Amino acid sequence: MFDGRQRRVVSLWFPRLASDRVLRLHPVEGPFVLTLKQQNANRIYCLNAAAAQQGLHQAMPYADARAFCPSLQSRMAQPEQDRRFLHTLRRWATRYCPWVGLEGEDGLVMDVTGSAHLFGGEEAMLADMRMSLMRAGLSAQIGLADTRGAAWALAHYSEGIAPGGDTLPALKSLPVAALRIDDRMSITLRRLGLHTIGDLAQAARAPLTRRFGPGLLLRLDQALGTQPEEISPYADPPHYAVRMTLPEPIGLLSDVMAGAERLLVQLCAKLKTQEVGARNLCITLRRVDQGCQRVELRLARPLRDPQRILELFERGLSEVDAEFGIDQLRLEATWVETLPAQQISHVSGGGKDKLDDLISRLGTRIGLENIQRFLPADSHIPERSFIVAPAAYSDPASGWVSAQPRPICLFPPEPIAGADAHPPTRFRWRRMALTCARTTGPERIAPEWWLEDENWRSGLRDYWRVETREGRRLWLFYTPQNPGWFVQGEFA
Amino acid sequence: MPGALRESRHSGEVQHSENASIQSIAASGGNGRYAGRSELLLRLRQGPVLFGPGVSRYILPMQHAEIPFFPPAKSRTHEVCGAGAYVFAFALAARLASHTIWVRENWDNTQINPTGFADFVEPSVLTVCNTGKHTETLAVAEEALRSGAVSLVVMSLNQPLGLTEGRRLQLAARDGRSTGLAIIPEGMGSNAAETRWRCIPVFDPKDSTLQKWELIKNKSGTLGVWHVRWETASRRITMVSPARE
Repeated sequence: MFDGRQRRVVSLWFPRLASDRVLRLHPVEGPFVLTLKQQNANRIYCLNAAAAQQGLHQAMPYADARAFCPSLQSRMAQPEQDRRFLHTLRRWATRYCPWVGLEGEDGLVMDVTGSAHLFGGEEAMLADMRMSLMRAGLSAQIGLADTRGAAWALAHYSEGIAPGGDTLPALKSLPVAALRIDDRMSITLRRLGLHTIGDLAQAARAPLTRRFGPGLLLRLDQALGTQPEEISPYADPPHYAVRMTLPEPIGLLSDVMAGAERLLVQLCAKLKTQEVGARNLCITLRRVDQGCQRVELRLARPLRDPQRILELFERGLSEVDAEFGIDQLRLEATWVETLPAQQISHVSGGGKDKLDDLISRLGTRIGLENIQRFLPADSHIPERSFIVAPAAYSDPASGWVSAQPRPICLFPPEPIAGADAHPPTRFRWRRMALTCARTTGPERIAPEWWLEDENWRSGLRDYWRVETREGRRLWLFYTPQNPGWFVQGEFA
Repeated sequence: MPGALRESRHSGEVQHSENASIQSIAASGGNGRYAGRSELLLRLRQGPVLFGPGVSRYILPMQHAEIPFFPPAKSRTHEVCGAGAYVFAFALAARLASHTIWVRENWDNTQINPTGFADFVEPSVLTVCNTGKHTETLAVAEEALRSGAVSLVVMSLNQPLGLTEGRRLQLAARDGRSTGLAIIPEGMGSNAAETRWRCIPVFDPKDSTLQKWELIKNKSGTLGVWHVRWETASRRITMVSPARE
C-alpha cells in the first residue's frame, strides 16, 4: 500500500537480450545465434526470431543447429557485456520511475506507483516503452500488475495489464510455472492435476506446504499480494567525470589551465565526499572542428588535491595542439582508489609528497613502470635475491641480509679462460690482462630446480671473490658440472 | 700516517679479511671466555677487531680524517669516472643520507645489486629510473634535480656531455638545491662540471676496499689524490696513507 493507493509494478522481460545487443551493433539477415561453451559443448546461448522459426532452441548443441540450418550465422556470446548492457537499460528505465531493480539476468522490475499519470496513464506508458525499445532494436515483453510476482507472470506468459485491486482473475488461467518456481516443481504440480494458478489457489494449503515446502505458497501469496515483496533499486555508481563547455573557443595554455583548474576543483570535491583519490586522470579537449585530444595523467599514489594535480597536468597540456580553438573540456578520473581522510600533524613529513609528485611527473615522461625500486627477495641466486618493482605500485621494504659479501654491480656472465677448479692466476677480461692476487672462496650456489632458468642450465656454481693485482675486485664463478669460468660482478 | 703504520704493524701476520677477523676474535675469545657464533657475527658487523682496546684509542683520531672536497659542493653537478665510480656514488649517497634517484639507460646490462650496496645505503632510499635514450636520461635527471625532492641524482651516461647540457644540469641543481653526479666514461666530461673525480680500486694485501680517488678537475679549489677505504661499520669513507708497505 502506498498512501492509500495500490502499488503498481512493471516487469520488463527481454527474451533475446544477448542476440539483440549484438545485432544492434552488427545487423545480419536471417537466422543468427550466439554460442557459449556450456557443459563441455558449444551450445546456443541466445538466438533471434528467424533462428527460432527454423526450429532451433536455447541450449541446443551448436553442431546440431548447423545441421538443421546450414545458413546459420553465429558469434561468441559475452555474458559480461550483456550484464553491462542490462545495467545501461536499467539506467534508461529510470526515466519512467526512480525505483528500478534488476530481475534476473534478462529483466527489469520497476515500481511505477504514482508515476504512470505523467505519461498519460498506464497504457500510454507501456506503449511509450514498447516504442522506445522497438526503436532501439530490442524485443521486450511487459507486464503490469499490483505485485512483482504478478507482473513477472504477465511479462513471461501473457503480456498485458492486470487491473488494480484483485490480481487473481488476471492470473487465473496462467500455468503454474508463471509463479517463478523451478521446473521440477511445476512438472510435479501438473502431474497432480494442478495446471493453472487458479487451480492452485483453490487447492487446500496445508497438504501443498507439506508436499512442497513453504516456497510454493510463498510465491503464490507474493503474486496475489498477501505477502509483501520488495524491489531493491540499484544506486548509480559514483561518476567521477566533469565537463565544461565554452561559449567561445580558447587556445592559450593559461586559459586551458584555468579551465582544467575549475574542473579539478569540482572533481576533487566529488572525490572527497566519496573518500577516494584519483590514480589515473584523463582530460579530453574537444576542438571546434570536432577533433579531440586526450591528455592522460597517471599518479604515483591516489590524490585529490587540485593544486598538486594541476601542476602535474601542466606538461601534458602544454603539448596539446589547439588549432582553431578548444570549446569543451572533460575531465574524468578513470581509476580511483580509496583515500581515507588523514589526521594532519606537524610531524608528518612533506618530503614523501614531493617525492611522489616527482615520480608522477617523471612517469609522464618515461612511463610509470620504468621508475622502480628494489625489494628484498628470499633466494640465494644472485639475480633473484632482489625484486625490481615499480615504485608507484609498491611500498619500500627493509630487511636486507646477506651472509656473504656481494658485489655492488652485476652483469650477465662473461666467459674467461680458466683451466681447473681453482681461479686462474692470469686471465684476460674485457681486454685487460689481470693477475690474481688474493682469492676467497669457493661459495657453492645450487640452481633452484623448482624454477626454470635458462642461465642456470650449466648447473652448480662455485663463486670466488678474486682481488687482482691491478685493483679490480671481481666475482668469478666456476661451473664444475660444465667446466668453465665466468665473471659476473664487481665488488666495491 | 703513524696510525696507518701502527695498524700494519699490529695486524702483523693476521690477514685483514673477514676470515682472518673470525680467527682473531676466536683467538681473543679463547682466553677463558666462550664466544658463541651469534656473538661472533655481531662483533663482525661492528667491524674488524684487530687491536686491543688500548691501541685503538691512539688510532681512531687519525682514521677519521676527512677527505677534502668530499662530499663535493651541494647544489652543483659533479662527474666521476673510472672503475670505482659506483663506489663513489654510493659513498656520496651514504654521506648525504637522504633519498637518491639513480637514472640509467635500459639497455645497459650492468645492474646495481642491492644486496651488495646495502652496506653503503639502505636500498629503500634508492629509486631507479630506466630511460630509453641519452636525452631522456638528461631530461629525467634535470627534472629530478630541479624538484628538490631528493638530495642526490646519479645519472649513468655513455655519451659525451655537451656544454649546454652540463650547464642546464648545473642550473637545475642550483634551483632544486640538490647534488647531481654523472657517472661518465673516461674523458667524456663536460666543462660545466664543478668537480671531476677519477676513482680506481687499488690492490692492498691487507684491505679489501682500498681505492684511489683523484680529483682531476675542480672549479673552486686545488686538485689532489687520496687513498680511501670504506668502513662498513660506521658507513663512512676514511682516508688512509698511500705509503703502507
